[in-house]
Amino acid sequence: MSPGTLTETRVLMKGNEAIAEAAIRAGVQAYFGYPITPQSEISEYMARRLPASGGVFLQAESEVAAINMVYGAAGAGARVMTSTSSPGISLMQEGLSYLVGSELPCVVVNIMRGGPGLGNIAPSQADYFQATKSAGHGDGRNLVLAPSTIQEAADLTILAFDLADKYRNPVMILGDGYLGQMMEPVMFPEGRVPRAAPSWATTGTAEAPVRLINSIYLEPDELEAHNVRLQEKYRRMRAEVRVESYRMEDAEIAVAAYGIAARVARSAVDRARVRGLRAGLLRPISLYPFPTDAVAAAARTVRGFLTVELSAGEMVEDVRLAVEGRVPVRFYGRMGGAVPTPPELLERIELTLREVTAG
Amino acid sequence: MKQITTRPRALAETPFTYCPGCTHGIAHRLVAEAIDELGIQGRTVGVASVGCSVFAYNFFNLDFQQAAHGRAPAVATGIKRVLPDRVVFTYQGDGDLAAIGTAEIVHAANRGENITVIFINNAVYGMTGGQMAPTTLVGMRTTTTPFGRDPRLAGHPIRVAELLSSLRGVAYLARVALCGVAQITRAKKAIRRAFQVQLEGQGFSLVEVLSTCPVTWGMQPVEAVRWLEQHMIPAYPLGELVTPEKKATTHPETIVVHPVTIVHPETIVVHPVTIVHPETGGVPPGTGERG
Repeated sequence: MSPGTLTETRVLMKGNEAIAEAAIRAGVQAYFGYPITPQSEISEYMARRLPASGGVFLQAESEVAAINMVYGAAGAGARVMTSTSSPGISLMQEGLSYLVGSELPCVVVNIMRGGPGLGNIAPSQADYFQATKSAGHGDGRNLVLAPSTIQEAADLTILAFDLADKYRNPVMILGDGYLGQMMEPVMFPEGRVPRAAPSWATTGTAEAPVRLINSIYLEPDELEAHNVRLQEKYRRMRAEVRVESYRMEDAEIAVAAYGIAARVARSAVDRARVRGLRAGLLRPISLYPFPTDAVAAAARTVRGFLTVELSAGEMVEDVRLAVEGRVPVRFYGRMGGAVPTPPELLERIELTLREVTAG
Repeated sequence: MKQITTRPRALAETPFTYCPGCTHGIAHRLVAEAIDELGIQGRTVGVASVGCSVFAYNFFNLDFQQAAHGRAPAVATGIKRVLPDRVVFTYQGDGDLAAIGTAEIVHAANRGENITVIFINNAVYGMTGGQMAPTTLVGMRTTTTPFGRDPRLAGHPIRVAELLSSLRGVAYLARVALCGVAQITRAKKAIRRAFQVQLEGQGFSLVEVLSTCPVTWGMQPVEAVRWLEQHMIPAYPLGELVTPEKKATTHPETIVVHPVTIVHPETIVVHPVTIVHPETGGVPPGTGERG
């Protein structure tokens, strides 16, 4: 993904704030959100900066209200976003279903935290299913992007707005508490002028045909036809697969991980290589559409996979589906906000390699 | 023969699909007439809610958005905040607005969102077959209060207009009824006034429209109108509860707030807040000055 012309020197920024600044550079016109740790800095940054760039900031009374404000503004033709953390995404499921059903563009940021329930404010990746398997009730899908550095978080946020417009669909940035809170150097492109309201937006008119933003189709034939079109859109969305292959050329074991887990895994892969172990990292950047082809291709050359997630194992199911039983797929996960260390993952890589090459 | 009335331009030619005797048709027409008279058809966006009026957009020649159940005020907020020069209104039933949508309506009103809410109160959930609504009267039989609403189990009906009237962001609040020519004429005036208040940028406006639901009430249409007059109007008094003029005299609070100075993490110095109460002319009884 090209970040465009980088015109500034690098700035040391917190992940949450970098995401907000990136959205402003992308020409976001409205932000509606609700405080929740560990992402409240996104709201706070928007409160400070968005009005100055001509946009609308409003703290909503709940995540339910926030996602519906996003719906209204998106339907009215504005470039709009919201952000929250796991419990807030649960509250937004209804709104997301309406957004995909009504085919509205928007960006939704989930800075994942420990769950289920109230959980804690530490990092987690346990919302993968929720993000990728459906957008709320029904057969709708979010386009899901997962950054693993602050720079990537900024780049993907800008990309998210463009993809949301391209497909008339919500795009979710799936981050975690670590990425949201940590600080790294980041560069931003020049700010863009907000794009004009699309022709389908409800901007008020006295002329026929009037515009309607809607997701109800009472006749089964009509609703089926609508869903067929949505599924066709998700097939076209496969063009947006993004994945990184790191030291995979001669790898015997592929470590599959995304987001913060991939940061740790990359270090572990480097340590493994120092030990003479042929490990590589396969890092999905788009989680939906999932890089099935890249995983399937890797399954033809490696002896096994080790999927690492901050969860009980969610992406590992998609890895297994793509591998189609060709080679073993092992899993290592930490939960509750615990994050593995590089030595911890190195141990698992060694163990897995021994297992899959034995006999 | 002289034609003295026409279909409002803002009302579509589509025949209504509401039940015979349903007052939605009248309410739709009054809204369309107000929009025509104010000349705002070209800059109005409606937000449909979930209930019998879920397909309201089929009956208006206006841009519309369909909102989830209860969420119309939040959707309208999103539209109005990004298109502040358009007229934005919601059209909601009692379950939509006062049950699942309570948070959204209270906060839109409290923020003084410059939108207009048409609130259809027929004391029942019509679309889903006649269940209890927040506005169902005590003793009223519905499919989920088959023995009559018992306040010990289900609470009392909510007077939405009174509830919202305490919020300062509300600029215009009226309750009207669609029973008979005189009341319908008053209803039309209130609806037009509500849109006018939005055009003047005064704040949040809402008209609560007492309506009938002959089918779930189990009555003939004319009988239902009589029932509304005899039972609903006493429970939900008619009138203009808040107007921009009344607000100026009923909410003259002078709140003097001095900024909070955080001197040291453990020591927070708060200067006293003095609220001059309009009626007592001084400090409200029982509160005193807070230091």
